[in-house]
Amino acid sequence: MEKTLGWNGKRLKEMLEESERLFQETGRYYAIEKLTLKEEDPFRFERNYASLRGALVSARETALHVAASPIVKEIGELCFALYTPEGDSIVVSTGILVHVHTMSEAVKFMIREEYEDDPVINPGDIFLNNDPDCGNVHTTDVQTLIPIFWEDEVIGWAGGVTHQIDTGGITPGHDLVAAIQRFDDGVYYTCRKIGSNDKIWKDHMINARRSVRTPMYWELDEKCRLAGDLMIRDAIIDFIKREGIDYYKRFIREAIEEGRRVFLERVKERLIPGRYRAASFIDAPFKEQAWQPIAKINAISNQPLEFIVKEDGTLSLSFDGANAAKHNAYNCGKGAMEGGQWVLLTQVLIYGDKVNDGAYFAVEKNYPLGTWANPGDPYLSYQTPWGNLIPAYTGMMKCLSYGVYSRGYREEVVTGYGLTGDAIQGGGIFIEGPLEGQRWSLSTFEISGQGLGASAVKDGLNYGYAMWNPEADLGDVETWELFQGGVPYLARKIKPNTAGFGKYRGGSAFAGIGLVAYSKEVDFFGARDGLVFHGAAGMHGGYPNATGYRLYAKNTNMEEIIKNRREYPLGDPYPENGEFEKYLQGDITRKPYCTIYPVNLENSDIFYYMQSGGPGYGDPLERKTELIKKDLDDEIYTKDIVFKVYGVVAEYDESKGEWIIDETATQTCREELRNERKEKSMTFEEFWKQERSKITDNRLSEHVNAMYSESLELSDKWAKEFREFWKFPEDFKMEVK
Amino acid sequence: MAKYDKKTIERLIDGDLTWNELKPIISGRKDPDRFEKVLEILQEKVPWKEKIILPLHEHLYIVSKNEQRTVKCDCGFEFGDYQENWKTKCRVRVRDTSEAIEELYPKYMGSDPEWEELREYYCPDCFTLLDTEAVPPGYPTIFNFLPDIDTFYEKWLGRKAPDR
Repeated sequence: MEKTLGWNGKRLKEMLEESERLFQETGRYYAIEKLTLKEEDPFRFERNYASLRGALVSARETALHVAASPIVKEIGELCFALYTPEGDSIVVSTGILVHVHTMSEAVKFMIREEYEDDPVINPGDIFLNNDPDCGNVHTTDVQTLIPIFWEDEVIGWAGGVTHQIDTGGITPGHDLVAAIQRFDDGVYYTCRKIGSNDKIWKDHMINARRSVRTPMYWELDEKCRLAGDLMIRDAIIDFIKREGIDYYKRFIREAIEEGRRVFLERVKERLIPGRYRAASFIDAPFKEQAWQPIAKINAISNQPLEFIVKEDGTLSLSFDGANAAKHNAYNCGKGAMEGGQWVLLTQVLIYGDKVNDGAYFAVEKNYPLGTWANPGDPYLSYQTPWGNLIPAYTGMMKCLSYGVYSRGYREEVVTGYGLTGDAIQGGGIFIEGPLEGQRWSLSTFEISGQGLGASAVKDGLNYGYAMWNPEADLGDVETWELFQGGVPYLARKIKPNTAGFGKYRGGSAFAGIGLVAYSKEVDFFGARDGLVFHGAAGMHGGYPNATGYRLYAKNTNMEEIIKNRREYPLGDPYPENGEFEKYLQGDITRKPYCTIYPVNLENSDIFYYMQSGGPGYGDPLERKTELIKKDLDDEIYTKDIVFKVYGVVAEYDESKGEWIIDETATQTCREELRNERKEKSMTFEEFWKQERSKITDNRLSEHVNAMYSESLELSDKWAKEFREFWKFPEDFKMEVK
Repeated sequence: MAKYDKKTIERLIDGDLTWNELKPIISGRKDPDRFEKVLEILQEKVPWKEKIILPLHEHLYIVSKNEQRTVKCDCGFEFGDYQENWKTKCRVRVRDTSEAIEELYPKYMGSDPEWEELREYYCPDCFTLLDTEAVPPGYPTIFNFLPDIDTFYEKWLGRKAPDR
């Protein structure tokens, strides 16, 4: 009789199939009707859940001190999770929670591929995965998974994930812009066995070190993940010795089913049943930027979201109408889509209780085949799915916010969030100093500090939010300088006018300036929204946050400025009248878009980068003037913007060192702006005719035309609604120009 | 079980709670009578008599009028049947030129109108800005939220909607 690893003589694949069948038949995890263990002894049940959660948090906190790269160590870009034998998450650590369900997909991939037989799963084996096509977001997120055995049965999996600075892609970096196919994404480990007997094989480590540009960080993080996984395994073994294997087996099923039920209860507690909709977009302006002929197109992603809250508290989420996958790095695999959704639901609905795959089982999803949300082609690039994922899920935040608003929980409204986008990247080689000849990598994780959207009762959080990591932290300049030594900071400060306008404004963003020094062969690139607003705009009259742009200067006189101690740029508060132009001599590049392929920089060149604000809530003319005064004092907004947008008249009082609001003039100004609304607006019927004529008169740009054409082709439902709205015939199509 | 007095909820709605007052409300368990309290407060605030069935928006309410469920602005303007998108009764301004976008956003910090325009939906009576849409030219108007009112009241709250 062949050896099996599942329970009661079953194969793991049989267990997975049984689990899926039982859920399909009953709608409950493993068909569990009663939470017997919890009902019999709730204190024991909760104590045990807390002990597992504590073990995972402890594993994370310890592992990052055992060994870790600066990103992992400084801002905790890692997390750990415990899975059932079938790959469903039971309990998670804190940290970059976007990956909890991604690793779940990786375990299921191994089970479906019958790893039980080949390459065989033994106690002490170590598996590595970073393939987005079978359970990951992008190759930069690297997962270590180990099976946990009790006697001859697999009783779970421990998984840890860290974010790498570099995975050996077409250019240095972790969120590549220039990748257009799988072969550009860097090294791929598709659920590969890389060790046995709790030891990583030497040949794997030799290969891995030679596959990436930052081998030391790779090795440190491999040790970090394995250390955490082993701690989790020890904790599970202790749990079973304490509580017994039968208790453990029942407990993990009940914990997930309870997670599902808690989710349903939370939905019924906070939302309103019904249909919610939002739409987000992102620009991919590669016509000018791309090197590869096939990638030289401008494209805009259509990210329509329909979110249905059902009577039983389950949710249905659909990206029906999304447009086509592309030869760029923004394609999303299932792991990315699930991860993005899950991490946001943990922040809005299921925080603080059984945070596990129970929530996954309570949400129906539709990621239409052939779209950016499910390309169905593993040979495309999946290197920077965030380009679609992050803006797309702002729609879900808005939909949830419509619900909590109507339910009365206005404090839970979040209009959206800034794109963690301007992850400046690249790197170079030191030409002097103790590290001469070694490569440094430009990869600050300051992107963890974006503006959060406003709520319905207060402004959004400034520079403190990343959708993929609920413990966002922009980190210390000194730490980032340690490993990107070729780019000392010249400045880091608030970027004015980035916060989305509204009665409650979005969180503000900040910006930085880097100087290239001590180096050669320096590449520099970055990406974020630039030609479209990020996400699904503001809410209830709030505006979207400002877009990004690209600014850098080559062949500068910085050496002379430093030598003569003259002023140099510290920011770019007024892009139309910039400090670069004021203080620098050299070749200054300003582009209205932010996404660029790598450019070569030399010593003394400088670059500017900026993060995103968050969208606003409510009509800006209703913002209290005392809040505007504070905005001015804090340099969140400039005088001209508060005048034009908020109708507030203010002057800076040099003697007092503060802004003074002219309340009477403000009242008049706000009245004028209201009158302007009357003059410059039209009836909906006029708007409809005007807007429709943009389509019928062929006045849409090539990329917008292509977007509609793809969405009409890929979705009958979306196409039907589009045609009905504009009263087009049933066979209406958009010809690609 | 969390419970807040009416005054606290009124101050919450008005945005007057300090962070120290607001933080425990955000991080604590939710007060199950919130919906009723908010409904009561809003009903007292609006200058008209129709019964509010569901608060839909900062300024819009689904109300019962002549046995119809109608979207109504706090200024009194009626947008009609809640099952139809209230935006189709709005006045609309479309910012589809760089000049119009740069009235609000500094140069380089707003959308390129060839890629995306900014739409502003106003109440036709009080001209409050009710919604913005940042969408490519030619995008259909988005229907934000269509609540299932009777399921909410009957299945979730266990009672009939006020107009039933």
